[in-house]
Amino acid sequence: MDEFILIFRHMDGGKIASPEQMQTWMKQTMDWIGGIAAQNKFTSGTGLPFDDARVVRHDKTVTNGPFGEIKETIGGFIIVKANSVEEAVEFAKGAPVLMGEGNTVEVRKIAKRDGIH
Amino acid sequence: MTQEELIPHLFRTESRKITAVLCKHFGMEHIEMAEDIASETFLSALETWTYKGIPNNPVAWLYAVAKNKARNHTSRNNLFTEKIAPQIKRSIIDNNEMDIDLSDQNITDSQLQMLFAICHPSISKEAQVGLALRILCGFGIEEIATAFLTNKETVSKRLQRAKEKLRVGKVSIVIPTDTEIGERLEAVLTTIYLLYNEGYYSESSDIVLRKDLCLEAMRLAYLLVENEQTNQPAVNALLALMCFHSSRFEARISNNGEVVLYQDQDETLWNDELIAKGAYFLQQASKGDQMSKYHLEASIAYWHTIKADTKEKWENILQLFNQLLQIEYSPVAALNRTYALSKVHGNERAIVEAEKLGLTENHFYFTLLGELYKGVDNEKAKSNFQKALALAKTQSDKLTIQKQIEEL
Repeated sequence: MDEFILIFRHMDGGKIASPEQMQTWMKQTMDWIGGIAAQNKFTSGTGLPFDDARVVRHDKTVTNGPFGEIKETIGGFIIVKANSVEEAVEFAKGAPVLMGEGNTVEVRKIAKRDGIH
Repeated sequence: MTQEELIPHLFRTESRKITAVLCKHFGMEHIEMAEDIASETFLSALETWTYKGIPNNPVAWLYAVAKNKARNHTSRNNLFTEKIAPQIKRSIIDNNEMDIDLSDQNITDSQLQMLFAICHPSISKEAQVGLALRILCGFGIEEIATAFLTNKETVSKRLQRAKEKLRVGKVSIVIPTDTEIGERLEAVLTTIYLLYNEGYYSESSDIVLRKDLCLEAMRLAYLLVENEQTNQPAVNALLALMCFHSSRFEARISNNGEVVLYQDQDETLWNDELIAKGAYFLQQASKGDQMSKYHLEASIAYWHTIKADTKEKWENILQLFNQLLQIEYSPVAALNRTYALSKVHGNERAIVEAEKLGLTENHFYFTLLGELYKGVDNEKAKSNFQKALALAKTQSDKLTIQKQIEEL
């Protein structure tokens, strides 16, 4: 069984949501993750809050937040166990983040520590 | 209490105290001697009390006899040791001068320290539960065998091996230091949790014995709560969980020993006092920012003490199961989570998720599917219950499933 990371990308992370909306999204995300965990396919994951976010550039300048000229931000990720990338993609299709237009879930295989990758 | 009742009762409550104190006093390498002295003490009681009657203070009598026997044992040992190992003579004499302390405080301390010693990482989990029952709870080998649905020989051998490991490893009988207590306490909690589950979910038909197992697990957790160093949030959470579960003990087993499903239980049989105690310990558990699996399970059990089927109740239960499964997967939690999901989002969505669980060896899996298909597709409900029936092992499970099929 391989491990895949599912990275949530938000088109416009700076948009302010109402507390009720946040509550609903959280519950939906928890239900989605719970469903994966109930299949014993959940490894780990976390949300990435916007507080204390910095971007460090090539010339070592530091800017606040992941926003600015780039609109797209990473909102969080989870790592799942799957037999194939197709299975991981099936998990990704259920991600509530996809309800937001323009948002994406990037599926990437986690390198095994076997010296090949 | 008549003599026939008194001796077994005292044996259960006092032999474990004597054993723990003697073990602490002489060290883990003399664990068998400690057990022997405890049983010899009760043999003396049986012989003496039968002819001379029960003394005014039977406990004091037992302690005095145990102390004497311990002294005799050491002097016999001394003779032997003097010849073969004169160099350690000094330490034995020192030991002899020390009085065996059977005060309440030392009994409690010794039991607590023994609890940590028994839950040593070198001992298998199963053997830890057995040792806890034998040494800390004063259960007989036969009772342990009944609880584990196995025979006396198997239990004896398992305990023998475990004791050998404790002896050879010279496991020290102390409460771990603050730096290492976290991990060790976790092992202790797992053992208490298994001990409790053994009683609560056992397939043994001996209901009195099963209740005793649950009570003993709660008593051990209470020992931890009473001690400042071990009175930690996770311990309180585990105790809360056991209180909530135990509150339904009377309601979940019918007079003829069948398991009564949660939704069919007569809630007037639920024990309010235990529910209140559970709420108290759960509140104690919420101090600090630790969120153990016991916190989550206790919170789930708390919501189950509210019988009314509200949306709030099932949403909370669902979210708690979502979190629990992320910490630790178990088939039971996966099935219960899916049931909660059906209560919040309806059966059709829950069926889709249930079918992904793939627990096709587990009769509860098909029972759940049968339950979810009820009213959606009764034919499928029936075929799932039939699959469950084919997989069920115990008579009471089979009866419960049979009833479901007939009701369709």
